[in-house]
Amino acid sequence: MSIEFIYPEFEVIRNESRCIACRVCERQCANEVHSYDPERGIMVADESKCVNCHRCVALCPTRALKIVKSDCALRENANWPQSTINEIYKQASSGGVLLSSMGNPNPLPVYWDKILINASQVTNPSIDPLREPMETKVCLGKKKQEIRRDENGKLVCEMTPQLELSVPIMFSAMSYGSISYNAHASLARAATELGILYNTGEGGLHEDFYVYGANTIVQVASGRFGVHKDYLEAAAAVEIKMGQGAKPGIGGHLPGAKIVGDVSRTRMIPEGTDAISPAPHHDIYSIEDLRQLVYSLKEATEYKKPVIVKVAAVHNIAAIASGIARSGADIISIDGFRGGTGAAPTRIRNNVGIPIELALASVDQRLREEGIRDNVSLVVGGSIRSSADVVKAVALGADACYIGTAALIALGCHLCRTCHSGKCNWGIATQRPDLVKRLNPDIGSKRLINLVRAWQHEIKELMGGMGINSIEALRGNRLMLRGVGLNEKELQILGISHAGE
Amino acid sequence: MVINAKNLDHKALNEKLRGLSGDITIEECCGQRFIAAGMSGCSITINGVPGNALGAYLNGADIIVNANAQDAVGDTMNEGRIIIHGNVGDATGYAMRGGKILVKGNAGYRAGIHMKEYKEKVPKMVIGGTAGSFLGEYQAGGIIVVLGLEPGGKNIVGSFPCTGMHGGKMFLRSDCKGVKFPSQVTARPATGEDMEEIRELLSEYCQIFGWDFEEVFNAAYTVVTPDSKNPYKQMYVHN
Repeated sequence: MSIEFIYPEFEVIRNESRCIACRVCERQCANEVHSYDPERGIMVADESKCVNCHRCVALCPTRALKIVKSDCALRENANWPQSTINEIYKQASSGGVLLSSMGNPNPLPVYWDKILINASQVTNPSIDPLREPMETKVCLGKKKQEIRRDENGKLVCEMTPQLELSVPIMFSAMSYGSISYNAHASLARAATELGILYNTGEGGLHEDFYVYGANTIVQVASGRFGVHKDYLEAAAAVEIKMGQGAKPGIGGHLPGAKIVGDVSRTRMIPEGTDAISPAPHHDIYSIEDLRQLVYSLKEATEYKKPVIVKVAAVHNIAAIASGIARSGADIISIDGFRGGTGAAPTRIRNNVGIPIELALASVDQRLREEGIRDNVSLVVGGSIRSSADVVKAVALGADACYIGTAALIALGCHLCRTCHSGKCNWGIATQRPDLVKRLNPDIGSKRLINLVRAWQHEIKELMGGMGINSIEALRGNRLMLRGVGLNEKELQILGISHAGE
Repeated sequence: MVINAKNLDHKALNEKLRGLSGDITIEECCGQRFIAAGMSGCSITINGVPGNALGAYLNGADIIVNANAQDAVGDTMNEGRIIIHGNVGDATGYAMRGGKILVKGNAGYRAGIHMKEYKEKVPKMVIGGTAGSFLGEYQAGGIIVVLGLEPGGKNIVGSFPCTGMHGGKMFLRSDCKGVKFPSQVTARPATGEDMEEIRELLSEYCQIFGWDFEEVFNAAYTVVTPDSKNPYKQMYVHN
């Protein structure tokens, strides 16, 4: 073997006493790992193609398969882990930029796991959500700073447009193209059933999904794919994408190979053309320019829809958010550095941006100090993994959370992190019709509904335990949080005390 | 129908415009932004100078400006026609996806960035004078024509035209000596076949602005096209 050879990362372990050579694994693997050897009458595997997506493991009728990480390793070296060495091999042989998928997998601190939630004991009794009403509904949008009355003393109830959510969770932006038609159908239907919203991402809105418009956020990114009057009018809200947590500072790039059929039509670009979203919006160089885009969208939608500005969590995020809050935007969405993606350069995904927990805490604090917190609602994403993360985010000041990776996992994603190959065996990050049909939107939407309803119940239980019966009373309530194993600076930024204080 | 824009802000002016059809004239326009955003089914003549983002997301309306226009004319426009009897500012026709923008004079920086096309929807932009730097950056489709009529000593186009271009076609009425194009595009003299593509467009242009068609059409043009619709394909290695 040459120096280019990299020993396969995974091994396919087949229990020969169980395998009946039914060839299901062969048919299910788009990576073509499995094949049948007719001479010997057995199944064989080329593990070099295996991405450990567990499709064959899950579908093997006799449970004859498992995938394990190979123990064929180079000499241990804490400074030079095998993954780093392999990356150098890949680049030395190709000269290419490393491309990865899904969120940052590196062991950087997850602050959610270092924050603990309070509960009532003795005083301020806790509430049982099974027996007493609990409110998880939130409204996103600009809030009035003062109460006004007309000449007869009646309240003036003019409100800027609001998004009403039954629970403070939305499905984050994933474009049609990066994920499949059936994945979009599942998200759209689940959002409608749940009374929440999903987000089209920057790939336009498929004509079949206009009926879900009341539960749809449409995105306007630098490439402006699929953006036109009907698209803007179909939606409940419009999101301007300035940045994304997985790849702050760079644009999007859907390879031409994925621009086929309906994806091409929905994006309004010819088949086979790369869909390139430039890194910046070339008409936005300042908060004033951003304000211009915000207001052009408001004019085009007659001020009936909230405008969201999405940015990646980066250094100085508090100052950036302060600017956005003055741009006329109704909602700021912040995406942390663990946010997922269909494809991002590895180095950017793993090294650029900051944790959403710190970004959220500093933004909420800054907007409060400047007296403009009610100008906007705050939505955070970039690895919200459970209902506990949602509760912690709300207590740190978020109005709602975006979930992307968690929603995909509910749909069957096994986090093999090879979305960029376009060969997703679970029918999510692919446009191949034979793979797309593996995801049944009836089942997919049901699973998403189950997930969000389960989280909603857990949120109610956690709130009840704190003696809080309305999510509004939890928002920004940092007294409900304590840190463990955090230093003074981290506690200061998070605005919470240490456990035991 | 005549609307006097004096003392109206952009919100009030657009409110008056919405739902109107037929011929509308806006008098005393003075910098109001977003005029006719997303509008269709009417023809609007503007006297005075409109503000930024004129005709953003325009969806079929006709707009005639009898003066200069400012930045972001026809941002993401889908259908319709914008005629400017003067110069335009920066970022004209950003991400335009259909319709026409016809400018008598010069365009500022970043005209025609990320114009795109799909099947019969092919946006077109004609600039009579010169264009600033970054013309047609990321162009993904559509036709951009710069005529360089009365260039006033300026180059027909500024620095860095066509960076990242991966679709569409650009016509420059010049031999383009001294213009530096990026490596992933081809700039060559226009053929008769190329010129036929813009004959009708230029005839319309000359009629509107009173130019002699033969003089404008029968000149040396340079055509710029991308070498690949996948210019960045080779840059990645799967990890």
